[in-house]
Amino acid sequence: MSMLKNIIRSFTLSELLKGMRLTGRRLVSKKTTIRYPEEKTPQSPRFRGLHALRRYPNGEERCIGCKLCEAVCPALAITIDSEEREDGSRRTTRFDIDLFKCVFCGFCEEACPVDAVVETRIFEYSFFERGTHIMTKDMLLEVGRKNEDQIAADRQADVAYR
Amino acid sequence: MSEESIKLFINDKEVSAPKGAMLIEVTDQLDIDIPRFCYHKKLSVVANCRMCMVEVEKAPKPLPACATPVVEGMKVYTKSPVALEAQRDTMEFLLINHPLDCPVCDQGGECELQDIAMGYGEGVSRYMERKRVVLDKELGPLVSTDMTRCIHCTRCVRFGSEIAGMQELGATGRGEFMEIGTYVERSLSSELSGNVIDICPVGALNAKPSRMHARSWEMLQSANVAPHDSVGSNIYMHTLRNKVIRVVPRENEALNQTWISDRDRFSYEGLRADDRATQPMFKGDHGWHGKNWDSCLEQVIEKIKQYPAEQIGVLAAPHSTLEELYLLQKVFRHLNVQNIDHRIRQVDFTDQEAMPLFPYLGQSIESIEKNDAIFLIGCDVRLEQPMLAHRMRQASARGCKLTSLNPQSFDFHFVNQSTWNVAPQQWVLALAGIAGCAEPEALQKLPPALIAMIEKTSISTQAKEVFDLLKNGEQASIMLGAIAESHPQASALRALANFIANNTNSHFGIIAQAGNSVGAWLSGFVPHRLPAGKASTNIGLNAVEMLVNPRKVCVLFNLEPEFDFANAPAAIKAMQEAEFVVIFSPYLTESMLDYANAILPIATFAETEGTYVNAEGHWQSVTNAISVSEEVRPAWRVLRVLANKLGIADTQYQSCSQIRDEIKSLLEGEDEFDSNLKDLNHINLNLDEGSLFRVSSTPIYAADNVVRRANSLQATVYGQQPHVAMCEQQARDLDVLKETRVRVVQGNQEMTLDLLLNDAIPMRCVWIQRSAEEIDQLGVTIAPVEIQRLAHV
Repeated sequence: MSMLKNIIRSFTLSELLKGMRLTGRRLVSKKTTIRYPEEKTPQSPRFRGLHALRRYPNGEERCIGCKLCEAVCPALAITIDSEEREDGSRRTTRFDIDLFKCVFCGFCEEACPVDAVVETRIFEYSFFERGTHIMTKDMLLEVGRKNEDQIAADRQADVAYR
Repeated sequence: MSEESIKLFINDKEVSAPKGAMLIEVTDQLDIDIPRFCYHKKLSVVANCRMCMVEVEKAPKPLPACATPVVEGMKVYTKSPVALEAQRDTMEFLLINHPLDCPVCDQGGECELQDIAMGYGEGVSRYMERKRVVLDKELGPLVSTDMTRCIHCTRCVRFGSEIAGMQELGATGRGEFMEIGTYVERSLSSELSGNVIDICPVGALNAKPSRMHARSWEMLQSANVAPHDSVGSNIYMHTLRNKVIRVVPRENEALNQTWISDRDRFSYEGLRADDRATQPMFKGDHGWHGKNWDSCLEQVIEKIKQYPAEQIGVLAAPHSTLEELYLLQKVFRHLNVQNIDHRIRQVDFTDQEAMPLFPYLGQSIESIEKNDAIFLIGCDVRLEQPMLAHRMRQASARGCKLTSLNPQSFDFHFVNQSTWNVAPQQWVLALAGIAGCAEPEALQKLPPALIAMIEKTSISTQAKEVFDLLKNGEQASIMLGAIAESHPQASALRALANFIANNTNSHFGIIAQAGNSVGAWLSGFVPHRLPAGKASTNIGLNAVEMLVNPRKVCVLFNLEPEFDFANAPAAIKAMQEAEFVVIFSPYLTESMLDYANAILPIATFAETEGTYVNAEGHWQSVTNAISVSEEVRPAWRVLRVLANKLGIADTQYQSCSQIRDEIKSLLEGEDEFDSNLKDLNHINLNLDEGSLFRVSSTPIYAADNVVRRANSLQATVYGQQPHVAMCEQQARDLDVLKETRVRVVQGNQEMTLDLLLNDAIPMRCVWIQRSAEEIDQLGVTIAPVEIQRLAHV
C-alpha cells in the first residue's frame, strides 16, 4: 500500500512543488540579508568591538592604573605598568591590549571603576603584519578621541541598566 | 603568662586556654576568625578600634576580644547576633571618614579594612555629610603617606615606642581632629621604620620606592633570605614580570619574628642599578671587547696558568653564597693557590689559627632576648645588625642591662644601658682592667704579655661594674662587633673578651658581619683552613697581605675595592699594580674598566640560588626570585664551568643543592658549635698608643655592593655626608675649634672633611663618618691620624 503511495507521489512531483512553493514565497517577501559592506546591521549601544581608552572632557585621561581590567581579563590580554605621576596621581605608563588574545567578553569595561577602558562599535579592523595586533596606550587613547561622542552616547543610553 | 590552663566555651565548644591569655589569642590559636585592626600579636593591647567585639555571657555589653582575659567557665559567642551587630556598627563608623579610594590605593587587595568591610560592611553608606580630609605627612624617602585613609589604630605609634625604640610617630588632637604624624615634620630615622608599612592595616602608610608600581594580587611571591646582615632575615620578594617590586618580611620566630630592617626591605633597588654588568668582557691588546662566556673563561684560564700560584690572590665578598665561595676556593685550590680570603674588613689576623670553626654568636638569636646582661665591644649593633639590636632591645625591656665599650655613644635605643667611651688604642687596656677582676689563678691562662699588662693596670670602678654585671647575670653575654673586628689589636680583644666570658660564666660571641661570613669560614674561604675547618698545610696570604704585597693576578668576587676593604687606597693600588685582574661582579664601574682585565657578570642575591649560614650557624637555602637577563649568569654556574674546563674531578654539578650537600657531608659531626678561641696565646699588642686615632665603621647602607646602589636608602638620614667628629676639648687642643673643615692626614694619604663637635667622643680619638658614595681615601679604619688646619685663603 505504502509502495503505491510513493509511486504516485513521485510521478506527480508533489515534493518538488512543495519546495518550489517556499521558494516562490521567499521570492516576493522582504529580504533578511544585507549588502555588506555597503549596508550594515544595526548595533546595540552595548556592542563590544575594538577597545578604547577615554579622557575626561578637560583632557585628563580617565585611567587610574588600578589594574582591575587586567585582573578580570579571562584571556590575559591586558598588560599594564603603572607609576606615580609627578603630581602624585596613579597613572599607567603602559596599557597594552593583545587583540589576538582578547575574546571581547567586555569584563574589562565592566570592571573599570572610572569608565576608562570601553569597547566601541568598531569591528572592522585587520592587521597585515605580525606584531601589530597589540594596541598600545596611545593607540587606544586615539580610538577613544575619535569616537568619544559615540562612546559617551552609548554609555548614556545604557545608564538606566547599570 | 602562667602555664596553668583553664576551660572556657567559645561558640558552645569547650576549649582550654592558658590563664591570663586574652580572648583573641585563644581564638587565633583555634583559627576562629575575629575581625580586628588595632590588635597585633607583637604589640601591646590598646583596644581602640573596637572591631573585635564578641558577646560574653553575663556581660551587659559586647566586649573587645583583644582586651578581655579568659576566665574559667566563661561563655563566648563570636558570631552571635549581638556580636555581629556590634562589629557591623563599628565598621560603619570606621568607613564614615575612609575615602574608599581602593582603586588607586597600594594596599588594595591586601587591605585589612577592605577585607573586613567585605564581611561586615554595609553595601551602601548612609553617611551623606562631608568626609574628613587630612593632609599627608612627609615621612622621608621610605614611607609614603595618605593620612585621610588612617583609621587611628595606632599600631605604627606603638611600633615606634615598643619595637623600634624611637617614638617617632604619635597622635595629635582628639576625636574627629586626631591625626597621626611626627609632631614636627621630619623623616623617620629608625632603621626598622619600613615595618610600619606592613603593620598599617589600611593604605595610610605605604612603601614609597614601590608606590603605585604594582597591585598586590599580580605579584609573584618567592621566599628568600636577606644577605646584608648575619641574621639572615627571612623575606618574601614580590616580583612582577621579572622585576622585584618590593620585599616584605617572612615570619620566622627564631630569626626576624615579623620584622625586617629597612636595609633588607629596600636593598632590592640596587638590583636594577644603571651600572649592571651585562656581558662578559676581556681586555685584549686593542682594549675592551665583549666576549662570549666560553672564550672569555678560556682566556682567563690561559692567562692565570701563566703565573705561579703564589702570585695569585683570590678575594671574595662574605655576602656571596656558600656554594659560590666553596666552588671558588675549590677551583683555585686545584691550581694550588692558597691566597684565598673573605675577611676584607679585618686587619689583625694573628689569632686566625685559634679561631673556632666559624665566628659563632655563642647562642641562638632567639636566646639573646633572655639575657640579663650584655657587654658589647666595638659594636654599633643597631646599624650593623638591626635585628640583633631588636632582640637586645627586647631583652632590655625585660630588665637586661647593656654596657658597651665603644669609641663614642652610638644612638642605641635600649631601655637600660650605659656606654663606656674609650679611644680605640686603649680598648685592650680597658678589657685588661675587666679581666683583672678575675681570680688571680685564672689569669695564668693568658699569655704573659697580657698578664703583665693586667698586673700594671689598676682596676677602675667601671671595669669592676662590668665584671660584676656579667658575673651576677643569670645569662650574660659578651659580643664583639664590627669595630672590634677591624681593630688593629682585634686578636687581643678577642682573647681578653673570651677570657672574661669564661671567668664570668657568660656566653662569648663574635658577631659575624655579612650574610654569609660564617659560610665563608665553613667553605674554607680563608687562607689557613680547608672546607669544614680542616687545617691547611700550606698557609696562604690573608686579605691585608695580598693588598700590601700586591699579587700579579688578582681575582675579585662580588667586591668593589673602593668600598669593601678596610683599606680602600691600598686595595685600589693593589688592583692597579696587578698585571691581571679578573672581576666577578654584578656591577661594572668606571674604575673596574681601568684596572680589570676580565669582567664576568654574575647574578645578585635575588637572581641566584644558594645557601646562607647566619651568625648562629643556621643554614638557609633559597631559590632565585627573578631570572638573570642578557649574558648575566649565576656565579655557581660560571664557577662550575670553570671547574669543568680545568678538569677538576667530580664537579659535574647538576644543581646548586648538590654542591651544598657536598659541603654538608664534609661537615658531618659538626653539630655542636663553640664560640671559644682554641687558645688565648695568639695576640697582637703592637700599637702606637700615644697618637691621635681615627675610628670609622662601615655605614649601615654601605654594607655591600647592592645596598650601596639602593637610592632610597642612600636618601635617608644614614646616607649622610662624610665628616670628622671630635670632642670640644680635643678640638681646642688641636687648635681647630673654630674651623668648619679640617685636613685629616693618615700616613701619606689625606682628605679634607667637615668638622663636627661631639662630646661623646673620648680624647685622643676622632670619629670619621664614612659614606656609601665617597671613597675613604685615608686607609685603614682605626689608625693614627693628624688633624691639620686648612690654610686660609
